Amino acid sequence: MISLPLEHIFILASILFMIGFVGVIARKNTLFILMSLEVMLNAVGIAFIGAGSVWQQADGQVMFILILTLAAAEVALGLALLIRLQRRFQSLDIDKLNRLRG
Amino acid sequence: MNSNSVIPLEMLFYLAGFIAIVASLKVVLGKHAVHSLLYLIVSLLAVAVCFYFMGAPFAAGLEVIVYAGAILVLFVFAIMMFGLGQDEEKHAPNTPGLTIWFGPCALALALLFELIYIINNVEQHNVTAINHISPKQVGSLLYGPYLLAVEIASFLLLAGLVAGYHFAKPDGQEHCNKIAETGDKQ
Repeated sequence: MISLPLEHIFILASILFMIGFVGVIARKNTLFILMSLEVMLNAVGIAFIGAGSVWQQADGQVMFILILTLAAAEVALGLALLIRLQRRFQSLDIDKLNRLRG
Repeated sequence: MNSNSVIPLEMLFYLAGFIAIVASLKVVLGKHAVHSLLYLIVSLLAVAVCFYFMGAPFAAGLEVIVYAGAILVLFVFAIMMFGLGQDEEKHAPNTPGLTIWFGPCALALALLFELIYIINNVEQHNVTAINHISPKQVGSLLYGPYLLAVEIASFLLLAGLVAGYHFAKPDGQEHCNKIAETGDKQ
């Protein structure tokens, strides 16, 4: 019988979440920010599924499916905005968005 | 799991988690968008293996199909649409060829090793002893107590679809450029 302690699963999830968070904070390229967001959402999915498997409830996987839906919608929207950004500024630098002009 | 030659399943889980962490680090620290995307795919596959060892094979399949199969294809599509920008070519590595995809290949081969190992050692490990949560339970829960959440998720997907179409369509782009130019002149 495999028995994974919940602490280790949460440690893995928090490490992945921190990696993604640092990526969101530190990177300037919007594409990398979106990829880091994917890493963060995955970490949350690990936490949910780990908790669901430790307590033998299917709710964790239900929440993971909802996170999956959220990630799909977020990526579609984010990439559409990215395309618009590239057309408008010919660059993916997120610092060019801080002008808030027209 | 009595004999010493058998690797315990916990170690395989930790190996997959380690691969996920390394690949995610390479995603965040990478300079080239396509290379980071390769590492992101490896990271998602490693997370899927973690899901399998946590007793969620349905979620593992969804992770591979939806994340690595659909969402990452969207990323590839967007990158191919942009072409390689100036910042990409500036940071392009000097060593072309094998060295670029050696890293993702090594990590993915480690995952493949885990898969083959599990398939070969089904009897010793009694893989069914993992506390599986069947897709049937998940489905009955999704369309039972969580029905409202499913409906809201469908609204979210519809909103994403409409907004993606609206933002990415080329109509009015010249108009936007004109406004930007006049704004710059002012």
